[in-house]
Amino acid sequence: MNCNRVILEISNYIDGDLDAAMKLEIEQHLQNCGECMLVINQTKLTVEIFCDSQQVEFPQDARTRLHEALQRKMRKPAS
Amino acid sequence: MGTAALCATVINARAGGHGYSSARIEYSALSVSHPHRLPSKVAREDEPLLVKAAKSGDAAAFEELVNRYERKIFRLTMNITRNREDAEDAMQDAFMKAYSHLNTFQEDSRFYTWLVRIAANEALMRLRKRRPNQVSLDEPVEGEDDLMPREIRDWGPSPEQRFAQSEMRGILDQVIDQLDADFRTVFVLRDIEELSTEETAAVLGLSVPAVKSRLLRARLKLRQKLDRYMRDRNPN
Repeated sequence: MNCNRVILEISNYIDGDLDAAMKLEIEQHLQNCGECMLVINQTKLTVEIFCDSQQVEFPQDARTRLHEALQRKMRKPAS
Repeated sequence: MGTAALCATVINARAGGHGYSSARIEYSALSVSHPHRLPSKVAREDEPLLVKAAKSGDAAAFEELVNRYERKIFRLTMNITRNREDAEDAMQDAFMKAYSHLNTFQEDSRFYTWLVRIAANEALMRLRKRRPNQVSLDEPVEGEDDLMPREIRDWGPSPEQRFAQSEMRGILDQVIDQLDADFRTVFVLRDIEELSTEETAAVLGLSVPAVKSRLLRARLKLRQKLDRYMRDRNPN
């Protein structure tokens, strides 16, 4: 197991989507490779930061227009 | 039970009655720690009933489904298009199409996943019009060299500790704007909307390996872009 291989498996490792043998190989590599450990931790942190920042405002005017359009559509007989 | 009665039951249940209260309590608990997330893992036992009612022509049932998902669908279309006007148009057209084609929904998957597929396609269509060279459904052809991080070093205090909240918001907006749309879309569906790899592949018409490859690239590129801000702020 080398660093390049670990990087290619980062996503699968973070998602727990690896078989036991591959997971063990990566973890053995991480015990001796601080750089790969940093990349994994920083990648996990990056994903968490983006997920935690997802407070997209849903504008009231957009909601009003959506429901008005729906009402118009629902009033129409099915074509 | 008639469809009108069903909707009344749902509304009453949401007010705290019947068997829905446990889901509501769990939802509240989740909302405290992750206010941006809806409880995708909380059982929504009434959803199949609402879908059946809506299919049989109950407009109130369909409106309940819209109320439930409109915020998430707007967030999705906003994250894909990165444009407020396109996001609203894509959201609105997605719900209109869902209403028109509700009878084609097979009910062998989650209604939300079906809705996401429609909304993602609406958003991607607008993105292709606005940025025609940025969106491709082809398999990725990039080599592995561009993925390998260089000059790796400890970030020290986390970005959230280092930057003020408003500054952090601006940085994240810039970083995700810079990400290629192909990668951003997969990242949004997998990591933000929490679809499975298989669901994401189905929504985008990609193979599972292609989704995994794009997700890996998206995550590594986001880390790399964030890394630049961390270095700029702390050059030592």
